[in-house]
Amino acid sequence: MLRQLLSRAAPGWKLGAATLAAGTAGLAAAAGTALADEAEHGLHAPSYPWPHDGFFSSYDHRSIRRGYQVYTQVCATCHSMDLIHYRDLVGVCYTEEEAKEMALNIEVTDGPNDEGEMFERPGKLSDKLPAPYMNEEHARYANGGAYPPDLSLITKARHDGQNYVFSLLLGYREPPAGITVREGLYYNPYFPGGAIAMPKMLNDGGVEYDDGTPATEAQQAKDVVTFLSWAAEPEMDERKLMGTKWIAVLSLVFLTTVYYKRWKWAPLKSRRVIVDVVN
Amino acid sequence: MKRLSIIKQPVLSVLNVHLVDYPSPSNINYFWSFGSIAGICLIVQIATGIFLAMHYTPHVDLAFLSVEHIMRDVEGGWFLRYMHANGASMFFIVVYIHMFRGLYYGSYASPRELLWCIGVVILLLMIITAFIGYVLPWGQMSFWGATVITSLASAIPVVGDSIVTWLWGGFSVDNATLNRFFSLHYLLPFVIVGASVIHLAALHQYGSNNPLGTNSTVDKVGLYPYFYVKDLVAWVAFAIFFSVFIYFYPNVLGHPDNYIPANPMSTPAHIVPEWYFLWVYAILRSIPNKLAGVAAIALVFISLLALPFINTSPIRSSNFRPFHKKFFWLIVADTLLLSWIGQQPVEDPYILVGQCASVFFFIYFLIMVPFLGRFENYLIHYKTR
Repeated sequence: MLRQLLSRAAPGWKLGAATLAAGTAGLAAAAGTALADEAEHGLHAPSYPWPHDGFFSSYDHRSIRRGYQVYTQVCATCHSMDLIHYRDLVGVCYTEEEAKEMALNIEVTDGPNDEGEMFERPGKLSDKLPAPYMNEEHARYANGGAYPPDLSLITKARHDGQNYVFSLLLGYREPPAGITVREGLYYNPYFPGGAIAMPKMLNDGGVEYDDGTPATEAQQAKDVVTFLSWAAEPEMDERKLMGTKWIAVLSLVFLTTVYYKRWKWAPLKSRRVIVDVVN
Repeated sequence: MKRLSIIKQPVLSVLNVHLVDYPSPSNINYFWSFGSIAGICLIVQIATGIFLAMHYTPHVDLAFLSVEHIMRDVEGGWFLRYMHANGASMFFIVVYIHMFRGLYYGSYASPRELLWCIGVVILLLMIITAFIGYVLPWGQMSFWGATVITSLASAIPVVGDSIVTWLWGGFSVDNATLNRFFSLHYLLPFVIVGASVIHLAALHQYGSNNPLGTNSTVDKVGLYPYFYVKDLVAWVAFAIFFSVFIYFYPNVLGHPDNYIPANPMSTPAHIVPEWYFLWVYAILRSIPNKLAGVAAIALVFISLLALPFINTSPIRSSNFRPFHKKFFWLIVADTLLLSWIGQQPVEDPYILVGQCASVFFFIYFLIMVPFLGRFENYLIHYKTR
């Protein structure tokens, strides 16, 4: 009798599933329409096939290394990366010796010493990448009022960050007819509002790669975005590897629990209930 | 000498009665597992939260950096934080399914009114806890979300502004606000634990409802082993679902603006709450008047609390309520629609759609619930006459 009643309930669940599917489709459509107003929010970046985006994909560490070179040779003149230390590069895109040597090339203000004085010393692995400006006011003063944001989290701090940064770096062009851009700003359709204070920075051959890769504009953009993605999510390789192992194990555990449940419930499922009237 | 029986000892005997030998209806389906999954979510949130608090600094200058310190420098810190941040979303998914299950099968109906009402109180506590927890990383959405939501209190006549100042501990959302939010965010989960124990006590007064909605005393089986092995399947399935978010899509449920440090001088283009608040946020925004909007939110929770008392159906399960079943799926769709509207800009057609969806929300709870019970009852008697 119980089974009969439950099977009668089935059409309701079908209707329910249809409604749920419609609702979910609606929620999914939200992502598309949320940024419909592209003049205000900037042109939506196309989706690029980042080699590290896959479920089982890790970063291209050669690309991180080249991206670091793009950052130091181009971006670092205006943008800080306060969350990244030289030690973070070790084992990711440089050896410990290489990272130590790079750190030695910067001057760090330390102190106070025994006499109460601040002093300059060569950088160490534990030092942050050097910031181009002393503070936000200094940065704004040097950039005509615009503040170059810190890049440590940039790919996580923008909608569709990797594609956005990549498109932005390569998106400079002449403003279309009828649009004038204020002095000191540059037309870039991917930037919200279309006028950005950062000039076009990447040019063919503008960076020298130590692995001899031809430094085209697009190559630089791709490498620096890979580097910035790593900087924003340095745990990604470890995270995906751990997740793959964990979910693989959990899937086997799941099958075991299903079997265990059916085994324990077998007596209940195979019983016969007889409703009889006494007397 | 009599052999010592563990299950007859003080405390242990209570645990045995409620958590081991407890008789449960044999026919409850997997939707009944969401209660224990919600309990697991609470434990996960408290456990990860305690460890996160060991590394977090509630200060406006350091909060954002201390979260990044957890993400980068603390061993396994990213795992703890992603588990906690996504755990909040999981908790709400689970609790919403748990509540819709109660709505579908009439689990709120007499004699389980108190059980449902305590559940609504837990939902309210969860909403407050999740909201103040979202403020702690001190990103742009933290700051501006806190500003917008706490400012709602200013809609209260006469004392509104004083209440807002009192909430903030100053004249804007600032360090004092962050500190008290951190303190409360640590306190409230334990209040939820207490409320959950009362929820369980209220449940065990009359026992679980079941998919037939009938008295199930004739056919009950022990919680152990039957529902432990059954819930175990659900727990592991849930763990897999949860893990996919933690390991592969840890930021998909968050907003990118919260990776920008809070800046009181720069307002984000759109201030959007976390996804699990969007349905109620849509109701709030569909009314142009601030006080009326806040009153509408109050009415949402009043409707939920009133539900068991205005319900007129003598039949619990919607399996046997053809009209209510349709309306149940409409209210599910309506809630999803409101959640979508909640993240759209305030412009047409979203305003009108949101207003219609909000009106339907209240029509369901305040008109259809009392009406459909009588109507379906009338049809039954009409047919048998």
